[in-house]
Amino acid sequence: MTRPIASGRRRDRAYAGVPGWVMGVAAVGAAFVLLPLVAMVTRVNWAEFVPLVTSESSLDALGLSLRTSLTATALCVLLGVPMAVVLARTEFWGQRILRSLVLLPLVLPPVVGGIALLYTFGRRGLLGQGFEALGVTIAFSTTAVVLAQTFVALPFLVLSLEGALRTVGTRYEAVGATLGARPTTVLRRITLPLVVPALLSGAVLSFARALGEFGATLAFAGSLQGVTRTLPLEIYLQRETDPDAAVALSLVLVVVAVVVVAAAHQAGRSGGARLRGSS
Amino acid sequence: MNLEFSAQVAARGFDVSLSIAQGETVAVLGPNGAGKSTFLTVLAGLLRPDSGRAVLGDRVLFELGAGGRGRWLPPHERGVSMLAQDALLFPHLSALENVAFGPQSRGVSRAEARSRATAWLERVGVSELATRGPAQLSGGQAQRVAVARALASDPELLLLDEPLAALDVSAAPAVRRMLRDVLADRTALIVTHDILDAFTLADRVVVLEAGRVVDLGPTRDVLDRPRTPFAAGLAALNLLTGTVAAPGVVRADSPVAPGEAALLLRARFVDDLTAGDRAAVCIRPSAVTVSVTPTTDAAPTGPGDPERTVLPVTITDLEPRGDLVRVRAGDVAADAPPGRVADLDLAPGVRVWFGVTAADAVAYRL
Repeated sequence: MTRPIASGRRRDRAYAGVPGWVMGVAAVGAAFVLLPLVAMVTRVNWAEFVPLVTSESSLDALGLSLRTSLTATALCVLLGVPMAVVLARTEFWGQRILRSLVLLPLVLPPVVGGIALLYTFGRRGLLGQGFEALGVTIAFSTTAVVLAQTFVALPFLVLSLEGALRTVGTRYEAVGATLGARPTTVLRRITLPLVVPALLSGAVLSFARALGEFGATLAFAGSLQGVTRTLPLEIYLQRETDPDAAVALSLVLVVVAVVVVAAAHQAGRSGGARLRGSS
Repeated sequence: MNLEFSAQVAARGFDVSLSIAQGETVAVLGPNGAGKSTFLTVLAGLLRPDSGRAVLGDRVLFELGAGGRGRWLPPHERGVSMLAQDALLFPHLSALENVAFGPQSRGVSRAEARSRATAWLERVGVSELATRGPAQLSGGQAQRVAVARALASDPELLLLDEPLAALDVSAAPAVRRMLRDVLADRTALIVTHDILDAFTLADRVVVLEAGRVVDLGPTRDVLDRPRTPFAAGLAALNLLTGTVAAPGVVRADSPVAPGEAALLLRARFVDDLTAGDRAAVCIRPSAVTVSVTPTTDAAPTGPGDPERTVLPVTITDLEPRGDLVRVRAGDVAADAPPGRVADLDLAPGVRVWFGVTAADAVAYRL
């Protein structure tokens, strides 16, 4: 039975021409990524698993992590969409430098980001003093957790959305404008719908990055149970006192990460299919 | 709405002035890179010219001084719709939603926009495709929907950039007929490479070359009496330029083929021309005869038959065209039946004589 190549699984075995040694090295790489996960799963204390992940401190950490990560993702979308549009659609002096700087959190050690945030929003910080005068303390609060997560996760959304905007191009937007649509209407009804797949996968990546955030959170928000102690911080703390709990919580994070990656993949595929008109 | 347009774009060497009357359709012709697309994008507001002025009806589209300062309307405030070679239907909207987009963007209610869209889809003959996505439409169907979308926004000026070029030959004629119907009484500019589009759709043509207007006039005048090699090529006519030597005789500027002497063409003068005037001589290739010996009664440039010109040429190219073969020799061409081409053993490099009667060589003022 032969099928067209586009209809999903490929049945015919086309000659690929990949050298054997490349396959070998690739297999080593894959093992390097997967083996530690297997090793961790072998150490899970299954008898105690449910009590371990449902202890009060664990549930506090998991709940806080999900709440803050979702808020951070929403902030990333709110700030990142305009940033991506400006970077992809406009030209101005210093734009290349600005893009590099804005994407800096991607390559910055998170703990450095946390210290930078502390000197911005901390009690003595650049903006923190003003907030302090209004009676608002940001550092070492749940808000600080959200800010730290947004700081490290924002570049993921901007990067994936900017690339998609450049790929889509401006031809549809030009047509929309000549039909009498104001720039805001064009953005809402043409530009954004065309990049929905990239927006979804960018948001999912941002969420995953926010969920795993550790260094910036610790430096800027500290580790108070139920307030700033997110799941990664809880795991690090438990590792000292209760390794079984640390392993069990790690497994929870792994499962969440796998679900998130699968969701991002699905979002990209169904979005692409919708744009190809099979809706 | 009548249009007054004048604009300069230095980076593209573009400098064009043109007026279009209310309800007139003008075809823009020209070789690649002549500035046809620049013309449309400046009018649509997608490219800002360095200087110039354009007024559509009582609306000033732009009025820019030498420094680029002045008034400039953004595209969405111009009332100028553009239809491109690709339909560019918004892929996430149905055919109906695509057409309703323009009216809705101009503040018409959703229900009213949809009913207008339905009416336009009917007008372009694809009402049964309203709920389809763009990917489920054929090229011809998509272009019809695109026409409906461009017109549903009720533009005062419609720009068409080679609207039929991407369609296959079986779909193009029906869409061309539909365009002829909807363009009647509309102010429109259509960029095309197809002489049939110009004849079918346009009242006037403007020929651009290197960013300048080189010819302008009613479609038949420009294409039946071409003044530029481009227009002559588009109309598949031989065009020779020269100076009037005597009544009925034009001295060609250059030899018709490299290495030949300049020649005297016997022609039928349709304009009032006197010796020394610049003139163009236009000859249909089908009116040119081919022979392998100079006919006895005519020396190429001598007195001979006063009603006939014989041109000694060397064949450069043979090109089948339907049931005839186009025999090219430099700038001039003759159409001959394949049987005659075979009988005469014609091939590139062979020396032949092209003959044309004065009645078939039309001379007019250049």
